[in-house]
Amino acid sequence: MPGITREEVAHLARLARLELKSEELDHFAGQLDDIIGAVARVAEVADQDVPPTSHPLPLTNVMRADEVRPSLTPEQALSGAPAQEQQRFKVPQILGED
Amino acid sequence: MTVTEHVSLVPYEDALATYDPVMGLEVHVELGTRTKMFCGCSTELGADPNSQTCPTCLGMPGALPVVNAIGVESAVKIGLALNCEIAEWCRFARKNYFYPDMPKNFQTSQYDEPIAFNGYLDVQLDDGEIFRVEIERAHMEEDTGKSLHVGGATGRIQGASHSLLDYNRAGIPLIEIVTKPIEGAGARAPEVAKAYVAELRELIKALDVSEARMEQGQMRCDVNLSLRPHGRTKFGTRSETKNVNSLRSVERAARYEIQRHAAVLNSGGTIIQETRHFHEEDGSTTSGRVKEEAEDYRYFPEPDLVPIAPARAWVEELRGGLPELPRLRRKRLREEWGVSEHDMQSMLNAGAVDLITATIEAGAPADQARKWWMGELARSANETSTDLAALPITPAQVARVAELVTAGDLNDKLARQVLEGVLAGEGDPDTVVEKRGLKVVSDEGALGTAVDEAIAANPAIADKIRAGKVAAAGALVGAVMKATRGQADAARVRDLILERLGAQG
Ligand SMILES: [Zn+2]
Repeated sequence: MPGITREEVAHLARLARLELKSEELDHFAGQLDDIIGAVARVAEVADQDVPPTSHPLPLTNVMRADEVRPSLTPEQALSGAPAQEQQRFKVPQILGED
Repeated sequence: MTVTEHVSLVPYEDALATYDPVMGLEVHVELGTRTKMFCGCSTELGADPNSQTCPTCLGMPGALPVVNAIGVESAVKIGLALNCEIAEWCRFARKNYFYPDMPKNFQTSQYDEPIAFNGYLDVQLDDGEIFRVEIERAHMEEDTGKSLHVGGATGRIQGASHSLLDYNRAGIPLIEIVTKPIEGAGARAPEVAKAYVAELRELIKALDVSEARMEQGQMRCDVNLSLRPHGRTKFGTRSETKNVNSLRSVERAARYEIQRHAAVLNSGGTIIQETRHFHEEDGSTTSGRVKEEAEDYRYFPEPDLVPIAPARAWVEELRGGLPELPRLRRKRLREEWGVSEHDMQSMLNAGAVDLITATIEAGAPADQARKWWMGELARSANETSTDLAALPITPAQVARVAELVTAGDLNDKLARQVLEGVLAGEGDPDTVVEKRGLKVVSDEGALGTAVDEAIAANPAIADKIRAGKVAAAGALVGAVMKATRGQADAARVRDLILERLGAQG
């Protein structure tokens, strides 16, 4: 089981636009490694005849009719937003585009 | 990044003398479903900001998506119309990225299991040649929210202090249609790109899955382009020009990129893989985001949705219900209406084909239906900057005007006034005729008197006609039309004049 390297954590941090300090990279690399290691034990238990699966239920084609259901009011929708302006979610300056 | 880049362009013909263009076109179509792809929020345009959202499309913890059946059906229809294979089983995937236009931090899309793949679309070029564009895949996904960048210049993201998000659009069903590399088009590559998007738009409209209005962003095109020297098989590095949103722009963007790539390559430079923005004003593109790292969206199967497995019988049922392909329909109509390829193209560009068809179905002769929609009505639409279809007049009303003309009750000039009256909201054609007193003077007695007076008033012209110069009759017809304030049938007037002067028409 290959460990999570600090380079991988740095890459993820870059994608997420997170600034991590050098010691944080080591810290998170260790933590992520533990988590992934724990989940990876499932693969050890699974036999050759168990196919990889993305959903526990053997269902397909669960769909709904194209019928409008009531939405939240804008007030409800925005009630959890840290900041709002012009009835819109206000977010800090977007970085790293263009 | 400034809007103007100082780039030299190679003349188009010179670029083509050295290089072959290779294109890839990615088109996003917003479906016309009533609700979003994964929740029951309305997709109606023009609503108040954030009035069409719910826990699912806002990405609240614990909210679960459920697939819109019509979204899937539309995807299968599009796939079938593009001659694609339809997956027997496929899944949705999460495309992870960190940008606030998706509150979930991912877009629900499809990755390596698209619902439709391996198809083609035959498109017709201006000279009638058919060019086959191969389709890589068509997959289902969802639209993003709309951002408003505040504090910078002209709403641009650069220099903005913060951004405002409206999530009404987040979750609206999208179908992304991706071509295989389009090779072998040579100098006609920009024309092929335009013809492909035009044909696709017609197809989507014919399937009735979206109105596909490019100016409203219901259909958006990315133009990927690279050049390679003649004789090489390896593709060059491509640029990706994003959101090119009109047919004309698609053609211009491809042309510009061919000239720009050639200039960079000729001067010994290398093309960087990057996204570019297209500018309507001068047809140029400028650099956007450089893809220094390979795209890293960390796709994985969407665990909150179960797979889609379109039953074969259902797929065949949908195939059986597909409409006539637009290109074949146009060919049939062209023969029925007796018009040239060029005329058909103008009608297509004006959005008049369906209106003319409906007018003919309502009883009008083809030439009249075409004449009014492409003449008087197209002019009116142009002047008011509205779509032909949005004019306050119905095909049935135009057909009634045509009927009055055929019956000799109206001449062309009066018919135009009737159309004008209908557009002005004065009522049905018959009401306008009644109110404005617009009827051709068909009373032979009154018409005869007007003809006699015109002959008496213009003896020199009358003599010419008597001597066989039939063409001179036009002047007398004009005099009679003036005397009857245009309310006479010009052809009948001409006959009467020639008859009285003993000349042969
Ligand atoms: Zn919703």
